[in-house]
Amino acid sequence: MAKVLAFALTGSGPLPQSTYELLGGARAVADAAGGQVHLAVLGAGVAGKIGDLAAHGADRILVVDSEHLAVYHPDAYLAAARAAAEASGADVLLLPGDTRGRDLAPRLGYHLRAGIVTDCVALEASPDGLRFVKPVYGGKAMARITVRTDRKVAVMRQRSLDPRAPDPSRRAEVLNVEAAIDPSTFRTQVVDHISEETTGIRLEDAPVVVSGGRGLGGPEPFKQLEELARLLGGAVGASRAAVDAGWVPPSCQVGQTGKVIGPDLYLAIGISGASQHLAGITGAKTIVAINKDEQAPIFGVAHIGVVADYREVLPHLLEEVRAARA
Amino acid sequence: MHIVVCIKQILDPEIPPARFQVDPSARQAVRGSAGLVISPFDENALELGLQLKEKHPGTRLTAVTMGDEEAVEALRKALALGADQVVLAADPAFNGLDSYGTARVLARCIEKLGGADLVLFGRQAGDWDHGLVGSLAAEELAIPCVTLVREIQMDGDGVRLVREGEGGVDVIAGRLPLAATVTNADSNQIRFPKVRDMMLARGKPITRWSAQDLGLDPADLEPTARAAEIDELFVPDRTSSCQFIDGEDGAEKARKLVQKLRELKLL
Repeated sequence: MAKVLAFALTGSGPLPQSTYELLGGARAVADAAGGQVHLAVLGAGVAGKIGDLAAHGADRILVVDSEHLAVYHPDAYLAAARAAAEASGADVLLLPGDTRGRDLAPRLGYHLRAGIVTDCVALEASPDGLRFVKPVYGGKAMARITVRTDRKVAVMRQRSLDPRAPDPSRRAEVLNVEAAIDPSTFRTQVVDHISEETTGIRLEDAPVVVSGGRGLGGPEPFKQLEELARLLGGAVGASRAAVDAGWVPPSCQVGQTGKVIGPDLYLAIGISGASQHLAGITGAKTIVAINKDEQAPIFGVAHIGVVADYREVLPHLLEEVRAARA
Repeated sequence: MHIVVCIKQILDPEIPPARFQVDPSARQAVRGSAGLVISPFDENALELGLQLKEKHPGTRLTAVTMGDEEAVEALRKALALGADQVVLAADPAFNGLDSYGTARVLARCIEKLGGADLVLFGRQAGDWDHGLVGSLAAEELAIPCVTLVREIQMDGDGVRLVREGEGGVDVIAGRLPLAATVTNADSNQIRFPKVRDMMLARGKPITRWSAQDLGLDPADLEPTARAAEIDELFVPDRTSSCQFIDGEDGAEKARKLVQKLRELKLL
């Protein structure tokens, strides 16, 4: 019977939001096959972080707690992940699509001799087996992929799986797993971490993203976008053109060469919709575009369009939203 | 120092969605009139390699690709930009290989070149976006791999790398030999080749290696080598009829937009 193992790669921080998403996806796959959901929580000081994970779908929680897991190091996390995979005996392993999960997946897959699919947005369980769905060619096409190996590793794009509504009556068995992590064998050292995080919600986690592009004409209008994002409980994004022009930092860039996001609402303001930008928003549930050029490709993917100079609309939009929030 | 940069030739990713088509039976994109280019992150890797070569005299840079005869164009561009040597791994047995198989072929090329001190890859190819080959090839070569790298500084056989981490960048220290998958940064935007260098590149030799040259028999490319199989490739239906908001002026459009978002429970 299928056992699905989801991973939480926590470092010394809180549980990533992706943990609940992976549990939701794992639950759906396991339930279709009458299987079980295991969750491996890797990090330092993990004990306090696992409280609500049974309610969110885990049947068994494997804890690998080590001071050597306080910062992400591939050698340390590989050892921990292998130990958890061994203890679980799972055949499907789900990793988060953040920088840690993407780094770990090929190493883990290699050592487990498992086929690997990355950047998945859906898991399709059927009696014939499990298929992985991922966008390719910058989101212009989708692929359904079957993995032939007994064990399979998948990296799930963030915000592509739905968490389950918590069921407080669910219980999980908690198991401490020992991993042989020997820092003297590490082949590289993490010597520093420089935070680039802007204040507020992470772009990848934001339910609402307000993005600006070349059409804004300069850095100034981004202040209005920031206010709108704040009012909507979201984050500010930008096209490559706006980043290349130096109007906003690269950490804001949405697209194939920036962040790939899947908010509930995406507001594209003054963004024409180059292919490489659209690649970053294929997961957005509702796309609203404001652009003065009605021929702009962004309207080809938008659900709601406003053909107008943003300068005529944005101040009123802000006013309306302020009033609604007041 | 010997730097190897692994590059992949792909269909130009800038082709607009409206003109993009797939051949569902071949499970491939239809090329149509679109050009072939070096995958964008591989260009970042190549640029980073070229800068290191310039900074450290005596460094040799080899560009390697796996592909068919058309991929020679990608190698010629690498030569024009400053690669000392280029290798094309081509064999019918390489068709349809997944990331494991590709990584094995590239690793054998690097071994046949006598090894490398630094092996650079793009962080993922701009067609299938797997992001696996660099890390898997490093495993094949039994060397460490640092992913999502923006910058590299060398000091003897010591290396410092700046990589994208969660919520910021990590600074990594390592020793050669080492592999890195490179992401885009201001500092590694690909340079433009000079016309004269493009001309000269036409006359330079291309090393071609087959599976046999690399000591690979078909069994080496199985079973994990074809572990991930593409069952289906399709263009999602995005004939999303965009609903346009009209109005006399910006104020009315903004009001109607907010109303619409409320109806959709997005506000």
